[in-house]
Amino acid sequence: MPRFLELWIESLPRLLAALVQITVPLSLLSFAIALVIAVLVALVRLYVPFPLNLVAWAYVQVFRGTPLVVQLFIVYFGLPRIGIELEAFPAAVITLALNTGAYASEAVRASVLSIPRGQFEAARSLNLSRTATFRRVVAPQAMRIVLPPLANDFIDLVKGTSLVFAITLIDLFQVGRQIAATNYEPLIMYTLVALIYLVVVSLLSIGQNQLERKVSAHVRT
Amino acid sequence: MSAPENAPAARPPLAVRGLRKAFGELVALEGVTLEIERGTTTVLLGPSGSGKSTLLRCLNLLEKPDAGTLDLGDGPIEVGGRLPARTVRQIRSRSTMVFQQFNLFPHLTALGNVTLAPIENLGIGRDEAERRGRELLGKVGLADKAEAYPDRLSGGQQQRVAIARALAMDPDVLLFDEPTSALDPELAAEVVAVLADLAAEQRTLVVVTHSLAFAQRVADRVVFLEDGRILQDGTPQEFFASTDERLRRFREVISSV
Repeated sequence: MPRFLELWIESLPRLLAALVQITVPLSLLSFAIALVIAVLVALVRLYVPFPLNLVAWAYVQVFRGTPLVVQLFIVYFGLPRIGIELEAFPAAVITLALNTGAYASEAVRASVLSIPRGQFEAARSLNLSRTATFRRVVAPQAMRIVLPPLANDFIDLVKGTSLVFAITLIDLFQVGRQIAATNYEPLIMYTLVALIYLVVVSLLSIGQNQLERKVSAHVRT
Repeated sequence: MSAPENAPAARPPLAVRGLRKAFGELVALEGVTLEIERGTTTVLLGPSGSGKSTLLRCLNLLEKPDAGTLDLGDGPIEVGGRLPARTVRQIRSRSTMVFQQFNLFPHLTALGNVTLAPIENLGIGRDEAERRGRELLGKVGLADKAEAYPDRLSGGQQQRVAIARALAMDPDVLLFDEPTSALDPELAAEVVAVLADLAAEQRTLVVVTHSLAFAQRVADRVVFLEDGRILQDGTPQEFFASTDERLRRFREVISSV
């Protein structure tokens, strides 16, 4: 058996354990929170007047305009200076959710803006309330439009979790680093780590395709 | 058809007074006053930019007028100032618009389009709404298309679903904004046939159109607008017989296309 395969098989259990224990829950939890943030922020930016919409805009600017790793450092190492001490995992969840939420809110906002004006006019003419218009007319159509960019944001988030090693979390990438540091085979180890991320992201892409097919079953584009 | 004894018989379902609407510098409507009688079909004609579509859209508050009063059976309401959402919805509950581009909801079936607003607004149960919805789709000749999504329907069929959707709200006044302009002549004919049926049922229709044939065939009244004002208001016979230079020219231009 070639040496690289031997090393791969030997280290795979530890890597997969880190994937299941840290990377996956971190990704899922952060993304779930990010989705809530994204919808709320998008709604504020679309429908709520000054000054609240300015706050929402500033939030998006700050989290899109600064590097994720710097945000992680501020939250985990910086905030304790003003009395906010967080464990590494919650700090990572909060930062990743805020970061992804900023990007995703733009996707949500764009999806609502892309719905033809005639749809809103039809809803108004039928005297639907704003809530009913959003729930029954806007959201189902926006869902179809928002899926691809949202899937992108999710994929970015999954890959972004590899930065949490910098705030002491032992995720997939950190375990890869530890193993590489002991067996002196960085090429072999990091290639395996990359392959695992690739498989995870590919699975996500398949899920995205199926979801897209489901929500756009009746819309010819 | 007998009107209830205590109904204010004299009260028209729709009356506007002194309606004014400007888009920046451009004055789209200036001092438009109009009363629509119950059970009549009124056609709004006029050259492009005359304000006829704006007038129609003001009736449904899809455009917010700058000044004037609107009365859709609940007494005149000053619509120039800020309107509470409740007033807007009350005014809108009296009329429903059918659009040039149909504006069907693409994620819902024909039946779903027709039943959405009754279920959401009128508090009608799903079964009852669907029963009525199928009835209305049958009325516009689409009983067999209830489960079809809009993208499987021709333009003429989509517009007929849109008409059924408007009828489902049981409005006092139906507003049509160039309902056949986006359709091939053959498909437009299907839609005109439905409109003629509705007119024959003594529904109150206000129709913006470029079709002189429709005005001649279906209208009880033709209102001709130019530059945001009503230039002539009368029967189709009067409109077609008018020797006014502008009306004559308009008829010539429209018939030549």
